[in-house]
Amino acid sequence: MKNISVTFTLNGDLVTAEVPPNWTLLKTLREYFELTGPKEGCGVGECGACTVIMDGDAINSCIYPIPEVEGKTVTTIEGVADKDGTLHPLQKAFLENNGVQCGFCTSGMIMSAKALLDQNSEPTEDQIRTSIAGNLCRCTGYVQIVDSIEKAAEMIKEKK
Amino acid sequence: MSDLLYVGKNVPRTIEVDKVTGRAIYINDLKRPGMLYGKILYSKYAHARIKNVDISKAEKLPGVRAVLSGYNIPDVRVGFLKDQTVLKKGIVRQFRDEVAAVAAISEEIAEEALGLIEVEYEELPAVFDPIEAMKEGATLVHEVDVRGKPVTSNIIPLPWKFKAGDIEQGQKDSAYVVKDSLTTTWINQCCMGTSGCVAEFDMNNNLTLYNQTNVPFLDKQRIVEYFAGIGLKGQNVRVVNVTVGGSFGTKLDTDIYEFISIQLALKTRKPVKVLFNREEEFQALPPRQPARFTIEQGCDKEGRLTFRKSEAILDNGAYTSWGVTTPSVMMMPMSSLYRVPNVSFEATCVYTNNIYCQAMRGYGNPQATFAVEVSMDRLAEKAGIDPAELRLINSNQSGDITPMRLKITSCGLEECINSVKKKLDWGGKKKKQKSRGVGMASLIHVAGGARVYLSDGHGMMIKIDQNGHVDVLESGTDQGQGSPTVISQIIAEALGFKPEDISLTFGDTGLCLWDAGTHASRHTFMAGNAAIRACEKAKRQILEIAVEKIPGLIKGNFKRKKRKDPDFVEPDLDYNLISGPEKLDIRDRMVFPKAAPDHPYFKFEVSDILRSGLHVGVGESKVVVADAFYDPPTENLDREMKGNLSLTYAFGATGVEVEVDEETGKVKILNLFAAHDVGKAINPTLVKGQIYGAAYMGAGYALTEEMLVENGRVMNPNFRDYKMLTAKDIIPVDPILIETDEKDGPFGAKGIGEPGLVPTAPAIANAIYDAIGVRINDLPITPEKIITALKEKKKQN
Repeated sequence: MKNISVTFTLNGDLVTAEVPPNWTLLKTLREYFELTGPKEGCGVGECGACTVIMDGDAINSCIYPIPEVEGKTVTTIEGVADKDGTLHPLQKAFLENNGVQCGFCTSGMIMSAKALLDQNSEPTEDQIRTSIAGNLCRCTGYVQIVDSIEKAAEMIKEKK
Repeated sequence: MSDLLYVGKNVPRTIEVDKVTGRAIYINDLKRPGMLYGKILYSKYAHARIKNVDISKAEKLPGVRAVLSGYNIPDVRVGFLKDQTVLKKGIVRQFRDEVAAVAAISEEIAEEALGLIEVEYEELPAVFDPIEAMKEGATLVHEVDVRGKPVTSNIIPLPWKFKAGDIEQGQKDSAYVVKDSLTTTWINQCCMGTSGCVAEFDMNNNLTLYNQTNVPFLDKQRIVEYFAGIGLKGQNVRVVNVTVGGSFGTKLDTDIYEFISIQLALKTRKPVKVLFNREEEFQALPPRQPARFTIEQGCDKEGRLTFRKSEAILDNGAYTSWGVTTPSVMMMPMSSLYRVPNVSFEATCVYTNNIYCQAMRGYGNPQATFAVEVSMDRLAEKAGIDPAELRLINSNQSGDITPMRLKITSCGLEECINSVKKKLDWGGKKKKQKSRGVGMASLIHVAGGARVYLSDGHGMMIKIDQNGHVDVLESGTDQGQGSPTVISQIIAEALGFKPEDISLTFGDTGLCLWDAGTHASRHTFMAGNAAIRACEKAKRQILEIAVEKIPGLIKGNFKRKKRKDPDFVEPDLDYNLISGPEKLDIRDRMVFPKAAPDHPYFKFEVSDILRSGLHVGVGESKVVVADAFYDPPTENLDREMKGNLSLTYAFGATGVEVEVDEETGKVKILNLFAAHDVGKAINPTLVKGQIYGAAYMGAGYALTEEMLVENGRVMNPNFRDYKMLTAKDIIPVDPILIETDEKDGPFGAKGIGEPGLVPTAPAIANAIYDAIGVRINDLPITPEKIITALKEKKKQN
């Protein structure tokens, strides 16, 4: 299969990937760009471990065809902290409130939460739960994840 | 112990920052130079004779480096009862049977090659129901045993029989007796990270296995034994864990895919990764086994338990993994949850052509406690005693020795039951609400190690460099529970350092000392106790250096002061304050005399002391390194299945309030209070995290989760059809931490990894009964079952 060339913005950089057209965005991120943050937990869009933000919305990158990414803006967990390594409030809050256990769902969980907080700085608990309804977690029972997202929203508000 | 600096505090998981930045390397992310990808071909039938395996077409596919089948690798038996081979030859006995395997330069090519392997089968009659399988003349899953002797039955020759006291006498002494049948089903552990490993040989045939096991040392041992059978006797095996994406029991055995990756790596002389996809995770990993119980118990007029008699039948599946030993843990609640003088429990594990089973969080305890606690509720009703009261009357007490010979040290069960009662407003709600109800259940579990093997030890090594950095070789594993944080809190406290001074290497058999495994809720207890002992030695070494070097350091300081200020007069110091290591202590990185903690001259940064000990002349330099091997004074179960296998036990009670929609059968959990005797919460936020997660998992066990296995095939191998709870399924879990300050625990702590799951399902089942007056004794309690039962009830009325 002949490779295609896809140009898009990835974590702030304009990048071009030369990959087979049947690749997904997840495969491109992991194999071509060697990012380890987006994870494959199911490969069919049911677990959310592969979640990235595309043009402001959280999407399952494991079922997103790479040709469709042309011209889009993609943020992965690797693009969430500041360039100097300062953690995003969500990342801090997940560490401080035990929102992370095994960590396999964490990248996707934070990306779904970030898409929400970017659009809605004062979400209700229900809105938070809805935003991560597609992100499965086996360790936490979600309670401390929801806590973490609430605390992050407060931190962001205080910063402003 | 109010002056603790780190233990008991909510230290954040900063040490795990890689997990929130996408940098943590899981097995999915691991790449080794020249690495190949391995894939496995599974059986097409639940039971069949393999007539022919033709791998020639697959071998010719460009990019394929090896194709293996049972016919071109050594025929070596593996597993708990050595009842299977790595790749199957002759007969397949379940759909997950591994028939062939490929290594190729890409996953896609490996997958394509699987399609080119031609296997001819002759289908055989199969048996899927353990009751059918137990009957005389049933199709035999295995026709011969390990030694090649013909067998006549599918019943596994491991008689799990426990007896204490006199059942007949107990029955005679009973004023009330209840008898019930209950069933539980297959549950998938659903680790978010899928299974896999990378096997890599060096040119001397020593193996490094990058893995995500929670028993690195047993994993190594099993592979070393396997090596003896495949001509690699004497070669070394190093098991190295990467970041683990959940375990919940899946990583307790050495799974067949590990041996396959080893065979492929040996054949190709390249590193080979085998990584499961989600469907394989459901179809080819051993789940929690289904169990059928009958249970009978009685009490006298005052509500004191008189006897408990139970039998269980477990569907083992086609081969034997650790699932077959779960009856040893079932015996614990059966014999020792509440004071019950006369007990008998028998479990029969049966081969079928279903998927073979393993352990999962709780290790048989969730199944058995479901039976015991539903039966307790029924007994309370029959005796006309409030169910919480019945539990309190029979509560275990500190100092008890149970019929299984468990020695109960600290015991917070009464306090747990009472706090749940109070929180639920038990008296105000029990039997008083329409379509709403309350229920409770308790638990006992090991919490101070579990002597499954002759050694229940845990080794730890600590070295401290001249800058005051502490490197810890931690022989356990972290599968997400937060041990890097918790163990660094314990070490910081015991050593007098800060948590951020500490780096840990987990579960690397090439570096660490033996550990029996991070299972049985034993890790904090065992590693914590080992850490305290190793820290004591390391601290002593530092303080010995301090005694030797502080006078010189002070003289040097004075010399410098004099140079700057010629008028400086040396104070008259009482060097007796620092004349021996026992007179000194370390706290928050500072070495100081115990008798004068704020002494202006005798207080030193620990790194100054360490540097002064290292940078001296030939033969004088000192490094700080200490180890400890902690093996608690416990007992293996004897022939009667009795013995004090853990140094302490966890207790807890879960109380639930539910609302049942009698039209739709839907159950809503309004309140869930989970009170646990944790000994001492080293990190309360993390302890609660274990309870939240376990209670959710328990609620799924009660209401939604079920692997649908039809004629041996898993019919719902995906997250769409296998119903794990999501963030939208709100379970308002409220953890209550009861601290009993266990004398043998590290800083008083007990294990808490599994307990939260154990009483959840029976508490929910009992609450549903209180709400609608029908009992569903068959997990999960789905809306369909509730509606059917309500209809049945209406008919009878």
